[in-house]
Amino acid sequence: MTDLTNLGVKAIRDGVKAGDFTAREVAEGFNTAVAEAASLNAFIVATPESALKAADATDAKRAAGEDLGAMGGVPIGMKDLFASHGVQTTAASHILEGFKPEYESTVSQNLWNAGAGMLGKLNLDQFAMGSSNETSAFGNVSSPWRKEGTNAAMSPGGSSGGSSTAVAARIAPAATGTDTGGSIRQPAAFTGICGIKPTYGRCSRWGVVAFASSLDQAGPMARSVEDCAIMLGAMAGFDPKDATSLQMEVPDWEAALSSDLKGKKVGIPTEYRMEGTDQAILDSWEQGKAWLKDAGAEIVDISLPHTKYALPAYYIIAPAEASSNLARYDGVRYGLRDLPEGAGLQDMYAETRAAGFGDEVKRRILIGTYVLSAGFYDAYYTQAQKVRALVSQDFEKAWAKCDLILAPTTPTASFPLGSLNDDPLTMYLNDVFAVPASLAGLPAMSVPAGLNPNGLPLGLQLVGKAFDEQMVLNAGLAIQERAGFTHAPEKWW
Amino acid sequence: MSVDKQTVAKIAGLARIKMGDEELERMVPELNNILGWVEQLAEVDVEGVEPMTAVIPNTLRLRDDVVDADPLTGGGKRDAVIANAPAAEHGFFGVPKVIE
Repeated sequence: MTDLTNLGVKAIRDGVKAGDFTAREVAEGFNTAVAEAASLNAFIVATPESALKAADATDAKRAAGEDLGAMGGVPIGMKDLFASHGVQTTAASHILEGFKPEYESTVSQNLWNAGAGMLGKLNLDQFAMGSSNETSAFGNVSSPWRKEGTNAAMSPGGSSGGSSTAVAARIAPAATGTDTGGSIRQPAAFTGICGIKPTYGRCSRWGVVAFASSLDQAGPMARSVEDCAIMLGAMAGFDPKDATSLQMEVPDWEAALSSDLKGKKVGIPTEYRMEGTDQAILDSWEQGKAWLKDAGAEIVDISLPHTKYALPAYYIIAPAEASSNLARYDGVRYGLRDLPEGAGLQDMYAETRAAGFGDEVKRRILIGTYVLSAGFYDAYYTQAQKVRALVSQDFEKAWAKCDLILAPTTPTASFPLGSLNDDPLTMYLNDVFAVPASLAGLPAMSVPAGLNPNGLPLGLQLVGKAFDEQMVLNAGLAIQERAGFTHAPEKWW
Repeated sequence: MSVDKQTVAKIAGLARIKMGDEELERMVPELNNILGWVEQLAEVDVEGVEPMTAVIPNTLRLRDDVVDADPLTGGGKRDAVIANAPAAEHGFFGVPKVIE
């Protein structure tokens, strides 16, 4: 029998349904792979029993002739930002260590309802704040990829770094991610996998630990476009418990997948040709254009004039929202409490938050508090929200000329862990191509394009109109068929 | 605009994060570096632009005005609500004494 851990979502689901193997065999295979990969530090908590229980339920349903669901028999990794009923949920922060939610997030519940099982809770940057998975209170995640000829531990990207590592290393066929300013797309690009952030509001934010509420969106990370389409379909849907949830039908993205792009126009934004972008990235962008042309699309130049200002606007808006959202960690209702002998309530708050939050989280809370404070609110926050409107209008104007935008996902390939820690700003620049779509709430996906001269994966990004995930997935499929990316990291762990 | 140690101490106080001298001094250049960089937004002409408040056009829904419209988030969940509290007593959240 083929090694089941090499299979993706569709192959597992279809194989279980056809009776080629049982869901239990699949879950056992991945549970073993998770246990053997401890050195990658992708999981904060493994839940092998949970995976087996879901698998047995699927096998029982099959025996009874019942419908197995869109994700029937597929065990997945769950980013530890989604609340899991009775299972420690930390957002990779010390301040939530030991927190066991009394409820299940809507997105994860949707996945369980569709027949998926949980392999465990995946590591991430603390409160999803980071681009390298080095801000977790539970240690760095190592990418399974290594630069040719070196043994240095490489970054899996962030914040969904546990997710990207688990999927690339074949210790999970798919994983959930969340994307606030690139946290699905950048790690997907760094590890040679696919990841899509849908239109803002497609996936419920209920039960997802909040970072920046106007930007946070959940999405799937998997090794193929088809797998992403299937899993996104299972995750999405209207949820009355989320005030910003989209009250609209979820299309059958899997059924409508087509890599025929005849009559479609693909926009190439001039402003994305930035200084400091690797030549290999620019080359893969050119290659991407040729692939989409080959799929029948017409390539047109477009302009997104406010691109340069998207990242600085993001670094006002996201910390502002974070400073407000993270006010809830007060040592009273859940999580850590640090109460020195004889201390009062105010001291308890300050001590608890000092002990519980990591450096990057504190930095962003301070920035957010500052830009929202009296006297600075208009100069920073209001100005950033106006710039955000302009960034969004840039896209609106572009849609008059094209149906889709093609751009690199990141300005560079992955970098060694520890190499960018001295300067937060350099780290922030990783998301320069990802953030504009986040600010505008648009669906965006990263698909693997190839390897750079050092043997590290590179991703191409597709950005679509609001609600048009189908166009993004279709173009992703066109690239996937032409790139033929079958590279996998060599197992060293 | 740039911040000094005193300003950072004030912000940290507002954010209820205790910071020692050393940490405050370390934060000053880090924050100034970020603030200096975001300052470029001031050069954008935003004349007549409304600040964005909703990224995707959506209307706020009203739920039916009934008790327990959603059983999961409705009332009667006291024990579940305090289950993760670091100090809960008699069905309440416990905090240090605030009234002398």
